[in-house]
Amino acid sequence: MPDNVLTLHYDIEGNDFTSAGEASGDVKRKLRMLGISPNTIRKLAVAMYEGEINQVIHANGGHIDVEITPQLIKIVLSDEGPGIPDVEAAMSEGFSTATEEIHNMGFGAGMGLPNMKKYSDTFELETEVGKGTVITMTVNIE
Amino acid sequence: MKLRDFVNDMGLRVFAGEDNLDTEVTGGYCGDLLSWVMGRAKPGDMWITIMSNLNTVAVAVMSDVAAVLMAEGVEPGDDVIQRARERDVVLLGSDEPIYELAAAVSKKLGEG
Ligand SMILES: Nc1ncnc2c1ncn2[C@@H]1O[C@H](COP(=O)(O)OP(=O)(O)OP(=O)(O)O)[C@@H](O)[C@H]1O
Ligand SMILES: [Mg+2]
Repeated sequence: MPDNVLTLHYDIEGNDFTSAGEASGDVKRKLRMLGISPNTIRKLAVAMYEGEINQVIHANGGHIDVEITPQLIKIVLSDEGPGIPDVEAAMSEGFSTATEEIHNMGFGAGMGLPNMKKYSDTFELETEVGKGTVITMTVNIE
Repeated sequence: MKLRDFVNDMGLRVFAGEDNLDTEVTGGYCGDLLSWVMGRAKPGDMWITIMSNLNTVAVAVMSDVAAVLMAEGVEPGDDVIQRARERDVVLLGSDEPIYELAAAVSKKLGEG
């Protein structure tokens, strides 16, 4: 691997709302230290956090791999959760299967996946019911 | 207009971030649904909400808002205040409802 690529790995605990966001926050701090533009960092941080919190809420946890190159940041979110039966529905604004309890915490607006798509420059979602979900996003460095 | 001016002129409580009140406020956003906030709030916004949990702090971090202003007398728990301090998030509070706070913030922003 070329030495101008930085890779990071995080394991995300399912249903743990105390540490949710710590991985995304850590990446955000590292990008700031690298001198990346605030706008790029914000797009990346929001997109990654939406994926992270989805793993916490919907997938019983997961894994996040981050690759930082001089041109772009790549995020791979993988989980062994229930998968998404209807991707088109899940990608549309307002669709959510979140419970009442999750709503009370401020989640469940059905805006997470649309936000991930909006803030990333490329977005790919692969999912299989009963197997899990893998989302790959990239954000170009301005 | 800096956070400090809003705190002084609107009589806001400061739960966390006493040392970060020099941040410039450039707009405002009201909302309690966290993904709406991340999709719509702009960097530098005063985010007015009744949410006060740990996720609120995380959303403030990710979205680069200037501060979280908790309305209606909502008070964050010690764990939330602690996390906000660790993450340099400014947490403010007021007994006023969201509408009144938004109107006051908007008026002050207009004063430039
Ligand atoms: N990793 C995942 N595994 C299984 N299902 C998922 C996963 N991510 C999302 N989903 C499904 O897709 C739906 C839409 O996700 P999205 O993030 O857009 O909204 P939400 O999480 O329900 O609410 P919000 O993100 O606005 O708080 C979820 O309600 C859930 O059913
Ligand atoms: Mg979501």
